[in-house]
Amino acid sequence: MAEYKWPEAEKRTLIGKRISRLDGPDKVSGRAKYTYDVSRPGLLHGKILRSPHAHAKIVSIDTSAAEAMPGVKAVLVIQGPGTEIQWAHDEIVGVAAVDEPTAEDAARAIKVQYEKLPHLVDDHDVQKAGASAKPMAEQKEGDPDKALAEAEVVSEGEYGSTVMTHCCLESHGSISEWEGEKNLLVHISTQNVSGIAGQMAGPLGITAGDIRVKQDHIGGGFGSKFGPDRWGIVAAQLSKKAGGKPVKIMLERDAEQAVAGGRPSYYGHVKIGAKKDGAITAWQSETWGTSGIGGGGRPPVPYVLEIPNRRSAHTPIANNIGSSRAWRAPNHPQACVITFGAFEDLAAKLGRDPYDLLMQNIALTGVRKDIYAEELKVAADLMGWKKSWHSRGDKTPGHVKRGLGLAIHTWGGRGHNSNGDLTLQPDGSVELKMGTQDLGTGTRTALAIVVGDTLGLPLEAVNLKIGDNQYPASGGSGGSTTIGGVSSAARRASLDALDQLFAKVAPALGVEPTALEAVGGRVRVKADPGKSLSWAEACGKLGGIPLTVRGANPGPGDLINSGVGGVQMADVSVDTETGRVRVNKVVAVQDCGLVLDLKTAESQCYGALVMGVSYALYEEKVMDPISGRMLNPNMEFYKLAGIGDVGELVVRMMTGKGYDERGVVGLGEPPVISPGACISNAVANAIGVRVPHIPLTPKRVLAALEGRRA
Amino acid sequence: MHDADDKKDRPDAVSRRTFLKASGMSLSVPAVLGPRLVRAAGAEVEVFGPGKARLALDVNGTPRTVEVEPRVTLLEALRHDLDLTGAKRVCDRGTCGACTVIMDGKPVYSCSVLAIDARGRRITTVEGLAAGGKLHPVQQAFVDNDAQQCGFCTPGFVVACKAFLDKHANPTPADVEKGLGGNLCRCGTYVGVRAAVMQAAKGGRRG
Repeated sequence: MAEYKWPEAEKRTLIGKRISRLDGPDKVSGRAKYTYDVSRPGLLHGKILRSPHAHAKIVSIDTSAAEAMPGVKAVLVIQGPGTEIQWAHDEIVGVAAVDEPTAEDAARAIKVQYEKLPHLVDDHDVQKAGASAKPMAEQKEGDPDKALAEAEVVSEGEYGSTVMTHCCLESHGSISEWEGEKNLLVHISTQNVSGIAGQMAGPLGITAGDIRVKQDHIGGGFGSKFGPDRWGIVAAQLSKKAGGKPVKIMLERDAEQAVAGGRPSYYGHVKIGAKKDGAITAWQSETWGTSGIGGGGRPPVPYVLEIPNRRSAHTPIANNIGSSRAWRAPNHPQACVITFGAFEDLAAKLGRDPYDLLMQNIALTGVRKDIYAEELKVAADLMGWKKSWHSRGDKTPGHVKRGLGLAIHTWGGRGHNSNGDLTLQPDGSVELKMGTQDLGTGTRTALAIVVGDTLGLPLEAVNLKIGDNQYPASGGSGGSTTIGGVSSAARRASLDALDQLFAKVAPALGVEPTALEAVGGRVRVKADPGKSLSWAEACGKLGGIPLTVRGANPGPGDLINSGVGGVQMADVSVDTETGRVRVNKVVAVQDCGLVLDLKTAESQCYGALVMGVSYALYEEKVMDPISGRMLNPNMEFYKLAGIGDVGELVVRMMTGKGYDERGVVGLGEPPVISPGACISNAVANAIGVRVPHIPLTPKRVLAALEGRRA
Repeated sequence: MHDADDKKDRPDAVSRRTFLKASGMSLSVPAVLGPRLVRAAGAEVEVFGPGKARLALDVNGTPRTVEVEPRVTLLEALRHDLDLTGAKRVCDRGTCGACTVIMDGKPVYSCSVLAIDARGRRITTVEGLAAGGKLHPVQQAFVDNDAQQCGFCTPGFVVACKAFLDKHANPTPADVEKGLGGNLCRCGTYVGVRAAVMQAAKGGRRG
């Protein structure tokens, strides 16, 4: 029976090294195939007619002109007369035609009459929302009233994050085709290869086992691609209407921006209290925000800091902006903005360096206080914090002001349920099949690292097969749960496979199976390394039949864990004449237990910082109060940071003793949490006033400088 | 809706008929045609469409022919008709650079170039960069520096970098930030891209 643990540092051949991603060559050469790139024989193209109104009742639909159009193969009313539409861009009618222009022409020829109803797309004003604002139960710990009354310093302020979108570069979409009445083949852009069939079966009236789901590569998900979505069901229904021919629907950019993403907004009034010496004692917040017509959940505030006396009230606003989706570290970035904005303002009011104030109050971070303290020190060194930090408001002459800000975060990231079949072939080849997906996080590479390291083989020896729901089921890639799930399942499978292989090989080497090890492409006797067989010779002892071993998570051994820290610091310059913020430098110090591939792990952090700069400065779903539509459902006016906008980025992964022995913990979410807060704090430090809401657009910065609301 | 009527499978039929009616021209137009010569402003000019036109394109050093309506972009012709799917349609209006190809030595957004306007131009796509199965130095530099995550923007970025380095052999970091500002990445691979460009610049390039 194998001992299920990770190898000691000195025995690792691949784990923790700096390894280039395996699918890199395919991606740089254009060979990597995404759902958007898949073509099928007889392919039809689907388009969807969408509602121009944010709130309306459908009165009538006339599809006759579209149906009569040459080249149109199927027309499907998705929401019929009498239906109440709750957001603009909602799906009304689907069409499938021989090519895209024809499908577009057909959608355009459909006549829909609506009865317009009043809409609400604002999320800034609880009063204005009226009955659409429904307060949730208050949360309370300790005695916040007493603590605030007794606090020697109380800082009060407003903080928040507007709604932003996921803006996946590969839009949502799929290709569905029927083989007979009940078998469906689906190519789909998804974070959830194993979980899609179960969501399509009900609406289509077939069983999940009859739905084949495939995906090689995905062009971004960030939390928005777990289900087939209505358009995915529609593609399958159109295909059926068209006699089973494949129907491809990839969302247009405007629909992608308007309905296929959306991070909830959260705003809040905060009072935070402390003793004169800096001990933080009290928190009180009234927060509000929207995730669309459902209103949404509540932000976890105060965030990370377990302030002993605290009260938080939250009021979701149900409105007509379209529904939201999980966005990388759901609710944490917004909670971080509110909490560490208030914290920074308190530090300024106390006349303290926030670094010192956080160190003083580090016990409030709970079980990870030592990790935070260590990471704060590392980050301060990398930033040159102590040398560059100044008290609030850059007093140097000139209109460009510079400042520093910090924030910290946390995330769980325990591995999800995962299964994988590892097969050793008699010719020595090795294959791992797993119904998981690689979002660009490096899942493929990490799997090959685990299997290769465990079997003593090079990366290239591992033939990976993922992205197909015919392989053993693995969880959806969300919440940083993938790496723990798939790596531990792969490690267990590899260790079990070695056990069984050693049992077959041992007689040939004249030792007990436990005396063997797999190193450097050979199976050898530990005590007498000269006695060995090549890997292929060893597999030849399998008796001509492949050996397949199922590995699973959860399973025996402490291979994974949950809970990380993370510290970030930002250095910004603000032009007080134009209101423009420039990020000079961001430092991220991040732990995630045992790092499997240092290179792709760092890439996750760099990427999170870029995304963080982008949402801190630029990204906002702008709603038009008159029409109720999104004003910027495109990429000219929905701004993403470019290569020249992000400044110098520095990442330090915390590895080695004290970290590695925790096992594998997820990394996708944590580094994207703090950028909004630390950049917002750096701006406050630079210009001397708080810009309450991100993104920190010139308009908001100038308004804050002039002491008015943006 | 299930008929296999040939005419119904020719979506261009209606629009062409409508167009011709409006313009008072003859209806006897073949499904695919080359340019007609029309005298306008004292010169003979080529007129294509509105049906499909046969276009000769020079893609990755190979002469290719596509039959597309004049409204079809170079991007769609490459992807749909020539199965060169490296270039991606993302913003679909010349903002993000995911569809970048090189035309006569210059990087262009192929979503914003009509296929018909690409006739007679030398077009290089990401598929044309690797020679003899070996990655182009820019591509190798992207792999080495992990200048990619999901990879959807990567082909456009690689092509833009190649075109940029052809014109800026020894770029400064500021040159890179300016020269590659026309390509957007959502996963945030810019740190890797910056490093990749510098590696490729130092390592020398092959055209």
